[in-house]
Amino acid sequence: MTISDLRNAAADSGAPSAPTAAAAAAGQPKAKRTWRSYSVYAGLALIFAYCLAPFYWMIVSSLRRTADIFDNTLLPAPFSLENYVKVFDGSTMFGQALLNSLIVAGTTTVFALVLGVFAAYAISRLNFRFKSVILGVIIATSMFPGISVVVPLLRLFTDIGWINTYQAMIVPNLSFAIPLAVWNLTTFMKQLPFDLEEAAMIDGCTKWQAFRKVLLPLAAPGVFTTAILTFIHSWNEFIIALSMINNPAVQTATVAISKFTGATEFQAPFGEQMAAGVIVTVPLVIMVLVFQRRIVEGLTAGAGK
Amino acid sequence: MRQRRHTWQTLFTTTALVTAAAVGLTACGGTATEPKAAQSAAAFEGKGPINYVSNRDASGAANKTIEEWNAAHPEEKVTFIELPDSADQQRQQLIQNAQIKSDTFSVLNLDVVWTSEFAANKWIMPLPKDAVPTDKMIPATVNAATYRDSLVGAPYYTDGALFYFRSDLLTAAGIAAPPKTWDEMKAACTKILALPEAAGMSCYTGQFDKNEALTVNFSEAVASAGGTVVDAEGKPTVNTAEAKKGLNLLVDGFKDGLFPSDAITYLEEQGRRAFQDGKLVFMRNWPFLHASLSATDGSSKVAGKFDITSIPGTDGPGVSTLGGRSLAVSPFTPNKATALEFVKFFTSEEQAQKRLALSSRAPVYASLFADPAVVAKRPFFPTLLTSLNNAQPRPKVVQYGATTKAIQEEAYAAITGAKDTDTALNDMQAKLTELSK
Amino acid sequence: MTSTVPSPGAQTGTLQRTTPPRPATPRQSTTRRKRGNRSPGEGRMAAMLLSPTILVLALVIMYPLLSAVHQSLFRAESGLDADGFVSEVESFVGLANYADLFVGESGRRFLNAFANTTFFTVTTVFLETVLGLCMALAMNRAFRGRSFLRASILVPWAVPTAVSGLLWRWIFQSDGIANNLLGSEVLWTAEGNASKLAVIIAEVWKTAPFIGLLVLAGMQIIPAEVYEAAKIDGAGWWRQLGSITLPLVKPTLLVAVLFRMLDALRMFDLPFVLVGPGKESVETLSMLAWDESNQLRYGSASAFAVVLFLYVAVVAIVFVKVLGADVTGAKELKLMSKKSRTKATRTRDIADREIAEQKKAEATR
Repeated sequence: MTISDLRNAAADSGAPSAPTAAAAAAGQPKAKRTWRSYSVYAGLALIFAYCLAPFYWMIVSSLRRTADIFDNTLLPAPFSLENYVKVFDGSTMFGQALLNSLIVAGTTTVFALVLGVFAAYAISRLNFRFKSVILGVIIATSMFPGISVVVPLLRLFTDIGWINTYQAMIVPNLSFAIPLAVWNLTTFMKQLPFDLEEAAMIDGCTKWQAFRKVLLPLAAPGVFTTAILTFIHSWNEFIIALSMINNPAVQTATVAISKFTGATEFQAPFGEQMAAGVIVTVPLVIMVLVFQRRIVEGLTAGAGK
Repeated sequence: MRQRRHTWQTLFTTTALVTAAAVGLTACGGTATEPKAAQSAAAFEGKGPINYVSNRDASGAANKTIEEWNAAHPEEKVTFIELPDSADQQRQQLIQNAQIKSDTFSVLNLDVVWTSEFAANKWIMPLPKDAVPTDKMIPATVNAATYRDSLVGAPYYTDGALFYFRSDLLTAAGIAAPPKTWDEMKAACTKILALPEAAGMSCYTGQFDKNEALTVNFSEAVASAGGTVVDAEGKPTVNTAEAKKGLNLLVDGFKDGLFPSDAITYLEEQGRRAFQDGKLVFMRNWPFLHASLSATDGSSKVAGKFDITSIPGTDGPGVSTLGGRSLAVSPFTPNKATALEFVKFFTSEEQAQKRLALSSRAPVYASLFADPAVVAKRPFFPTLLTSLNNAQPRPKVVQYGATTKAIQEEAYAAITGAKDTDTALNDMQAKLTELSK
Repeated sequence: MTSTVPSPGAQTGTLQRTTPPRPATPRQSTTRRKRGNRSPGEGRMAAMLLSPTILVLALVIMYPLLSAVHQSLFRAESGLDADGFVSEVESFVGLANYADLFVGESGRRFLNAFANTTFFTVTTVFLETVLGLCMALAMNRAFRGRSFLRASILVPWAVPTAVSGLLWRWIFQSDGIANNLLGSEVLWTAEGNASKLAVIIAEVWKTAPFIGLLVLAGMQIIPAEVYEAAKIDGAGWWRQLGSITLPLVKPTLLVAVLFRMLDALRMFDLPFVLVGPGKESVETLSMLAWDESNQLRYGSASAFAVVLFLYVAVVAIVFVKVLGADVTGAKELKLMSKKSRTKATRTRDIADREIAEQKKAEATR
């Protein structure tokens, strides 16, 4: 009996592999299939359109000249990269801002996941008192309006000299990321059968090994999903980053976007904002594509097939 | 069910505990403002590096001035801290830092309407009398930077309203001079909109979305009708016949179809777009869009077909509201002497003139408007100077935020027809009276 | 492979925990070993695992919360002294700031914002749930271009809120693309019901992917055998959805909805950017708290924040109570044991038995 045997058992019983699930869903009676697949594809097309049409508009707007930014033509005419050039224009340090966003969101995600996995394991697998109180406290932190924490935190971080540091953004970001990570991972771990870990432990694995080699691979969809959601949330955080940072070398992309200026006072730098919006969204889409594969294939890979 | 109940109870207990703990521990909340030691008035001492806090100057002119200062003062370098483009967010950041008495923000770039609030809260320092050459500046800009007879800011740049009109259509309709009053404007519109080439056009627009711009347009309408929003003592005066006449200009404009019906959502940019697409005959707007309307790259359909003058009033030219910015010194910076010197340097006539090469922001020195080289580049300057010489500040009150909100609320209710003019103005008067106490 | 030789310590540890089940937890399936006993070791381990989380949250939230509650009990009498300076006297006013929320003009605004907040939360979360479920079902199907669909569904969630607010503001402009396509002249950003609709459309667009992604992850751990068993029983697609998919993703879905609700109740940026501050049609409690602090009335701003906090807490409690979002894990086994009638668990039982037999074999070896 080896760990990989256990994993196979896990894959056979508790965890599906995507293809089989899909096959199950697709395996419909033949007669109904055409009619249904038409309506399914129509539904898919609708979802596609709703998600992508506004984003398409964002791309089109970003490719217009400032002068005709509010045209309603479906293609930019004349086509212009002016906005993208302006975004990366030296004075805005937008490249640096993207890097800062990556550092802040990446660190937040890693910390949230590590702390979240520990906490979720404790809550779903260990017996101790005040479990529900602790879960309650954790989620209670998601109940306070974000705009009201700014001034007290600014005072606190000024006192401890955290202004213009990454941790001044990461730590507040964690207050959103951790509750989501803990709650979501707890739900996931609770749904996974306990038997496999116990079997592994009976087989001689320590608790830690059982956790790492059995539970964690099974919880992969939850872990990666939580990672994507918390990463994007911290990537988009604005008001804390704006208040805690006044050094352009440390500011994040959303803050940099807010500082774009129109040619004159009352002109909104709309084109640049849209271009910057596209620029900050595309890496996330790529990241999602990569992680999505992990969500689906994590299980199969974990089962060592 | 037992478990569920248990769950609910503990979650409830948790919340109760958190709250109770919070109430019990108020002593260490630490947000109460300790009484400040009385500031020694105008003690501009301490030299060293400082920060200049402002939104970005897209033209790069402000950065040039700072570079020049830094080259001459290596021991007292100025760092430009950029704030967001949105005025609301700028004010929020400035106030947050003033509240925690942060020494990060040394020299502040303030909108003219924030002057009273910042001065009264002692978030900025009164400047010495001779700090800036006020006698050379346009009086309205100095007035806007003054709080209770003491100068608290050094005027940086200014702004006033312009009246854009389609000169080609005026000529086509046989109208010799642009309208000086609202009645003349209506008469001109009747003639012009009857022309075949004016099919589908509207007469006029300002900025009427519920926004600071509505306060500007309302104040201008009231002032143009001979009224005031608040008098010299700061008492509100919007329940007068003049104020009613002023607000009615806007209310009737919507009612009579003089304004496009979607003007209720217009800010500066939407107006620009409508005018630029040839949908409007007249428009009240700021000088900034003169350049984009004149663009000959095909983006503007009205290039070469429009002109500017002062905004109309009821019995003669109207009264513009003053915009613009001034620089002020924070009392929380340790290097106040440097800060003051920098403010003087930054707002000097010499630097203002240098900035004109890059920036289209209107200087506060009247003499600079006459320079032929400047006028050649910015043809709207003479008209703007006329507008600025008559300009009125928006209400100079400490609680400007609440005041402008009350004005917007009631004026918006009137122009959308939710309230009649009398009710709206009476309610506005009541709210402003409450605020001026 | 890694550990073919069982360590005696682990063995005993497991054996110690194999004590008879307590009657208090009747829902546990009989095939399961009881693990309900609290041992001091587990408590200590739990404390170790949880303390960093609690520490971080305490730092970031407790301090602001305490200071808000403190602040809400004071009021600055903002009079001007003879020289025109604000005389800053903050006096303790007890619960007066709270009482003021419910009377007069401020009471009217509060109730309006309260109604808006509730309305937006109910409508957007409902629509997001429906749409998110559809998205998850779509993403869980096999077809060409599936990964493209997955990425595109997540695009809205990835666009920064402030940028998406602006984007929608221009889409809903009076002469923007929305009116253009619809052939209408709706003033989406003026006061009125259209602005509410605009906020709902934009908010649902932005956040439905959140639910979609979480639910998809929930679907991924449903054993394929469950579907196969159902198919053998002749259950159609709708049957499978109603009696397998939905019940099994329920725990994940409830967590997703709970977090969306907490977020929607604190909605701020979107109506602020899309329609604008001070528009009563879309003013939410968070916007009101912002507005109060923007006008330097920190006492009542804090009172708003605390009331909002309590409201969110109550909603969360009611949600957990009524819908039974599984908070403590008390019901963790209910769904699994329900399933034991299906073939899936039988498969696992077989696996269990095999493991047990192998273990026995190893032990005797």
